[in-house]
Amino acid sequence: MAHFIDRRLNGKNKSTLNRQRFIRRYKKQIKEAVSDAINKRSVTDVSSGESISIPQKDMSEPAFHQGKGGDREMIHPGNDQFTTGDKIQRPPSGQSGGAGEGEASDQGEGEDDFVFSISKDEYLDLLFEDLELPNLQQSQLDKLVQMKTHRAGFCNDGMPSNLDIVRSLQGSLARRVAMSAGKRRRLKELEEALAELLKEPVPPQHQISQLESEIEGLKRQIAAVPFIDNYDLRFRNYEKKPHPTSKAVMFCLMDVSGSMDQGTKDMAKRFYILLYQFLTRTYKDIEVVYIRHHTQAKEVDEQEFFYSQETGGTIVSSALKLMDEIVKERYSQGDWNIYAAQASDGDNWADDSPHCTDIMTNHLLKTVRYYAYIEITTRAHQSLWREYQAIENTFDNFAMQHIKSVEDIYPIFRELFKKNRQQQGAA
Amino acid sequence: MSYNPMNDGPDWTFEMLGEYQAEIARVAEHYRLDTYPNQIEVITAEQMMDAYSSVGMPIGYSHWSYGKKFIQTEQNYKRGQMGLAYEIVINSDPCISYLMEENTLPMQALVMAHACYGHNSFFKGNYLFKTWTDAPSIIDYLLFAKNYIAECEQKYGIDEVENLLDSCHALMNYGVDRYKRPQQISLYEEQKRQKEREDYLQSQVNELWRTIPVSAHEEKVKRIRFPTEPQENILYFIEKNAPLLESWQREIIRIVRKVSQYFYPQRQTQVMNEGWATFWHYTILNHLYDEGKVSDAFMLEFLQSHTNVVYQPPYNSKFYSGINPYALGFNMMVDIRRICENPTEEDKQWFPEFAGKDWLDTLHFAMENFKDESFVSQFLSPKLIRDFKLFTIVDQQKSPHLEVGAIHNDEGYQFVRSSLSAQYNLSNHEPNIQVYDVDVRGDRSLTLRYVPQNDIPLANSKKEVLKHLYRLWGFSVKLEQVDSDGAKTIIGQCPAENKEASA
Repeated sequence: MAHFIDRRLNGKNKSTLNRQRFIRRYKKQIKEAVSDAINKRSVTDVSSGESISIPQKDMSEPAFHQGKGGDREMIHPGNDQFTTGDKIQRPPSGQSGGAGEGEASDQGEGEDDFVFSISKDEYLDLLFEDLELPNLQQSQLDKLVQMKTHRAGFCNDGMPSNLDIVRSLQGSLARRVAMSAGKRRRLKELEEALAELLKEPVPPQHQISQLESEIEGLKRQIAAVPFIDNYDLRFRNYEKKPHPTSKAVMFCLMDVSGSMDQGTKDMAKRFYILLYQFLTRTYKDIEVVYIRHHTQAKEVDEQEFFYSQETGGTIVSSALKLMDEIVKERYSQGDWNIYAAQASDGDNWADDSPHCTDIMTNHLLKTVRYYAYIEITTRAHQSLWREYQAIENTFDNFAMQHIKSVEDIYPIFRELFKKNRQQQGAA
Repeated sequence: MSYNPMNDGPDWTFEMLGEYQAEIARVAEHYRLDTYPNQIEVITAEQMMDAYSSVGMPIGYSHWSYGKKFIQTEQNYKRGQMGLAYEIVINSDPCISYLMEENTLPMQALVMAHACYGHNSFFKGNYLFKTWTDAPSIIDYLLFAKNYIAECEQKYGIDEVENLLDSCHALMNYGVDRYKRPQQISLYEEQKRQKEREDYLQSQVNELWRTIPVSAHEEKVKRIRFPTEPQENILYFIEKNAPLLESWQREIIRIVRKVSQYFYPQRQTQVMNEGWATFWHYTILNHLYDEGKVSDAFMLEFLQSHTNVVYQPPYNSKFYSGINPYALGFNMMVDIRRICENPTEEDKQWFPEFAGKDWLDTLHFAMENFKDESFVSQFLSPKLIRDFKLFTIVDQQKSPHLEVGAIHNDEGYQFVRSSLSAQYNLSNHEPNIQVYDVDVRGDRSLTLRYVPQNDIPLANSKKEVLKHLYRLWGFSVKLEQVDSDGAKTIIGQCPAENKEASA
């Protein structure tokens, strides 16, 4: 006796839970691998997962085993040259080649790393676990709103263009049936009675004429039920619902004056990568605007932004001014979420720093959702840092951090976007 | 016989599978193969990977190690380092076997003959499986286990349960009764008894660890070792006696123990089980071919797969990785048939009990009453030793060289055979570790005893395992080694003894 079952359409992901358990257990190691990997990516590359490797020894499942040594006897097939008593040189230890070392592998203690891939979503989840976009909650209802029209059932009132004909006629039919059913029944009875009377040998004219007039009256009444009435009309109803906009623009501002070398720029680039990837988790469309500056600011593309060399002094306010212009021109505040990240080595023409404060407090910080300033330097802070520190104390949506080396980038990024940063800061 | 073959594919349909299945069943009955009813499930490659990683349990509880296994399987498969097995068969009633969607029709027929009639009849007939496993209840039990563990995770937290399972898995091979016969009870009883057990167990444990002072004259009685006899089933001992465990933890230990017990016969009968199944797919399909039911093309494809399966690379081949159980098992089965049907003088001398007797009776007898170890020592013939050109390598720790022991000659047969048999004796591979003593009156420490076989030491993993054991037992754990000369040394301890070091 046997029967066949076609299981091919059943879920194939029976092991998903176990896989999640595995990732949960090795989260620490996986996270390390993820933050290492971030440095190898391009700014807008968010399409792929990541391959993770964990040292095999961290994840062994121990059990009692026999170790090396002792006396053993092993059977092998295919004897082509040996006779009893032949002596064979021991294979060098640690190598499993040749005939003598059949036992070597049964401990499963290979030294290779355990390598596997995680999906894009898992990658981003791990990368940005416990982080959130600041200022999102408060502003979601008032500022982020875009109205979107949704169908919302039917109503009795509305514009002719929204008239739902089928439903209106259904209503009409129902009403007509309801209003005339009793009369039609009566009409049928009268007509039958009339037919009976007419069959009689001597039709009683008086009764007949009485019935006929009654029938006529009923027919008139039935005909008077209107085919369509205001009461029947049904209109499609639409409602406007507030909808958080999913458009965001990210401004990357960077100092490209002579004091910024390629190493510093690379560090800035990594920071921008993280920010971009983080934003993609919340927003569908993200535009990136690159503004570089020395004494003058200029909007450029990614390649030029990171890799072209410029020399000269530094006037930060020029970049801020340009950003403000671009925002006013292209990203009217209502439907865009504006984020900005500024990277610099802290150099600025001393007289310019107050200008920066002015532009920030009076223009930019009123429109951007979040402004992050990172200073990449190993030297002492200069005037710009002090000016910005004053801003940080008054504005929620401004944050600044100091990066000394590559290793700082990811921790500092996490620091900037840690959940409930403001609440914690306030407490 | 008329040549009127069934459709030979290569693509298959359920009708064709049914047709082949019916023919195979008919032939299987002709050869008196007694099987559980078959439940044949067609699955995809992804599902096959799922089945793989749950180590052959159709319903498994959740644990990260299965996730790791799945990721490994998936990775290897994607890189093309490994093909998936053609089938997986589960010792249950009805007997569940999985066919992969990608197989061609001849492959499906091979798999059906192999799994649904070969393995299936082995599960039903072999004495070890009859003794140790209860096919009708295993699915229910696994389901109970899965739900129970999921429930515990909700009640006590995933980490708590995961740690416990880790510890149990480390000792899984020591959760088996080797000598006692396990009870067989149904799911309903299992659940009913589980409740009772929880209460009862706790009271028993408390009794053992009673702290109320006993009367004075008892103190003088010579200290009695507890347990009075060394215990081989470490998990069982812990389940019943560990002082601090809660009842749900005992139940989970029990589940791991039961699962281990369920797989124990499979580990002891690999050569026989695969040999039996391979012999029958070979015999059944050839029978069908002789009847003209399958085509030449079918046979060619079948033989190609079959010969791949039973190939034994020699010791110096780069493909060599030990003796292929399919090859050894299949050839032994074929050889038994040969000895029955065409015995030589040598066979008559070596196997007087069955040389020249009915081959089917002999094979059934062998299948029902042996395991790998005894099967090899009973049935391995000199001819097969010559065919395989078997030889032994003796590795003496003290000697600077490896030495060739017996080879395939008159003096060697007996020796090679007993040596190969010993190689399939599980107790020669698994270190002999037993619960020896518990300091009931003192610090409650648990002492295990390792008795080395042929002076083979324990691998370094013992430290990690002791940590797990310590977690289960709750008090300190010692592992001592007793050498052949009776000398005792403590080779492991958890928590590590650092008093001497610091003092």
